[in-house]
Amino acid sequence: MSNFRTVEVVSPDAARKVAAAIEEHPDLVDEKMILNMGPQHPATHGVLRLVLEIDGEIVSKCTADIGYLHRGDEKIAENMTYTQFIPYTDRLDYLAPLANNVAYACAVEKLMGYDIPERAKIIRVISCEMARISSHLLGLGAMSMDLGAMTVFIYTFNEREKIYNLSELLTGARFTTSYTRIGGLSRDLHPEFIPALKSFIGQFPPKIDEVENLLSKNRIFVDRCKDIGVITKEKAVNQGLTGVNLRGSGLDYDIRKAHPYIGYENYEFEVPIGSVGDCYDRYKCRIEEMRQSVKIIEQAIKRLDSFGGGLNSDPDQFPITVCDPKNILPKKADVLTKMEELINQFMIVTAGIDAPVGEIYFGAENPKGELGFYINSRGGGVPHRMKIRSPSFVSISFMDELLRGYMVSDVPSIIGSLDIVMGECDR
Amino acid sequence: MTNQEAAEKIMTQFTGSTFLCNEFRGEVTLEFDRGLIEDVCRYAKEELGFSFLVDVSSVDNIETKLEEKGRFEVVYELYSYVDYICLRLKIRVPEENPLVKSVTSLWRGADWHEREIYDMMGIKFENHPDLRRILMWEGYPYFPLRKDFPLAGKPTEIPDVAFSQAAPLEGGPFVTRPADHSYQREPRPKTFQPGDMD
Repeated sequence: MSNFRTVEVVSPDAARKVAAAIEEHPDLVDEKMILNMGPQHPATHGVLRLVLEIDGEIVSKCTADIGYLHRGDEKIAENMTYTQFIPYTDRLDYLAPLANNVAYACAVEKLMGYDIPERAKIIRVISCEMARISSHLLGLGAMSMDLGAMTVFIYTFNEREKIYNLSELLTGARFTTSYTRIGGLSRDLHPEFIPALKSFIGQFPPKIDEVENLLSKNRIFVDRCKDIGVITKEKAVNQGLTGVNLRGSGLDYDIRKAHPYIGYENYEFEVPIGSVGDCYDRYKCRIEEMRQSVKIIEQAIKRLDSFGGGLNSDPDQFPITVCDPKNILPKKADVLTKMEELINQFMIVTAGIDAPVGEIYFGAENPKGELGFYINSRGGGVPHRMKIRSPSFVSISFMDELLRGYMVSDVPSIIGSLDIVMGECDR
Repeated sequence: MTNQEAAEKIMTQFTGSTFLCNEFRGEVTLEFDRGLIEDVCRYAKEELGFSFLVDVSSVDNIETKLEEKGRFEVVYELYSYVDYICLRLKIRVPEENPLVKSVTSLWRGADWHEREIYDMMGIKFENHPDLRRILMWEGYPYFPLRKDFPLAGKPTEIPDVAFSQAAPLEGGPFVTRPADHSYQREPRPKTFQPGDMD
């Protein structure tokens, strides 16, 4: 499917050699040391605590300790209406809140059986891809900073700042966006948004090249990533890894392609896959995914012209929410002037939407992997049970198996390449 | 193979056991006896190609009509990279003996999902390699996702390790509960007592 492949470069794999030597001379190995890493270690990307059992410089066991950011989101969700939970999704993967908003809204819409209007779908695609670029930029910046390449961090954060400005134009908030609503979006595009987005994606691809040149031609970075943290395809599937961590291992699976949602079938893009499954492959896949995201955004802007354009030419013909008066908040002007809308508004705000009895699972291709929502509904505006399937939780559960046999200095590169975020791991 | 066909194959393979097959929004849910879970999962993985265990979750059915069949449910989401289909398996677990066979031998990824269910819901998994608490600390006495655990939390104390206090929720935040009638769904201050919803 994709013609993108990583190039093989021979590099000495010290960790492997030492690990092999240990197997040959087991009598030399007797004393092990426990090294505590985190929960405030900068290289663990949040409050992840790893208890490493090390044999010299080699990690022989890793116990990941999570839960420092546990807020009980699933319990909270059972006690509030579907709409009230949207702000909590911002705080799952807090590096890509827009993508979480979309994933959650799509899950509830699947439960409700909605098919949202085309204009809303296009705007959601734009916001999802913005979130992907933003998340990958941070992932790469933080990973390279852990490996000593400080410059890249500044470059990527410079670009992320521009995405935050775009996000502010789009949603009114830079960080906690809460942009989607059940059945659509909270508001239509700001007149300045599309021109600003165009100028951003016009200048962004050369910046990706700059970042890639800074890293791919950096001997230290390449040596610390090549053949480090190798995940075979079978192991990745067995462990349930998703997203870039799965595709880096060579499995061509992307939910946007396999089960297109919000109209991804209308866009042409390629899914980069790796060949070895090491840290370098995952880094390369992220770089390429950002280029593909730019491509998708360009197509979305073009597509938007036939559905109202940047400044919605005809809001009645191109709405941004589905038409379901009993479950979608009416316009404020109607609430203030019409009885029926006032009643609906009151019921939706107090009692919530009227969801059917049933259970659904919806998984979306988020920057970190598959973010899924399992919703068990007994009717009414409140879920009976909502389980959040977070990709970082699964990635961290693989850490023990993955780190064994590598050196302590490889730990930051492996954590960085898995691109985890504790907000969604602990929920 | 569609997910409907996969469900039928499982039902023919395990004739003699009762299966409940549900379809909602194109998703197929197979419900069966909890003793079968390991065998059904092995068959689904090895014969039907469901190589990816997406998620394992749990549901507490206390105070609902479904309670007589067993208080808890454990829900498995399977996915096949061959046919690109999903299948949901569901088993019931009674409160008196909350024990389920672990599927970690089939999917390594089940390890942490099952630990989380144990931590949050108190369902134990047989043959699990390392069944410890995961999100809460070791020694925490409650299972917070059970419906009879209050939203505000309960006070606990393990000296020198951790403690918790109930959050001050009196008078708010206003919370809403699922119910059949709209008058029951109006938000009220949360002072949950079992039987409130009658």
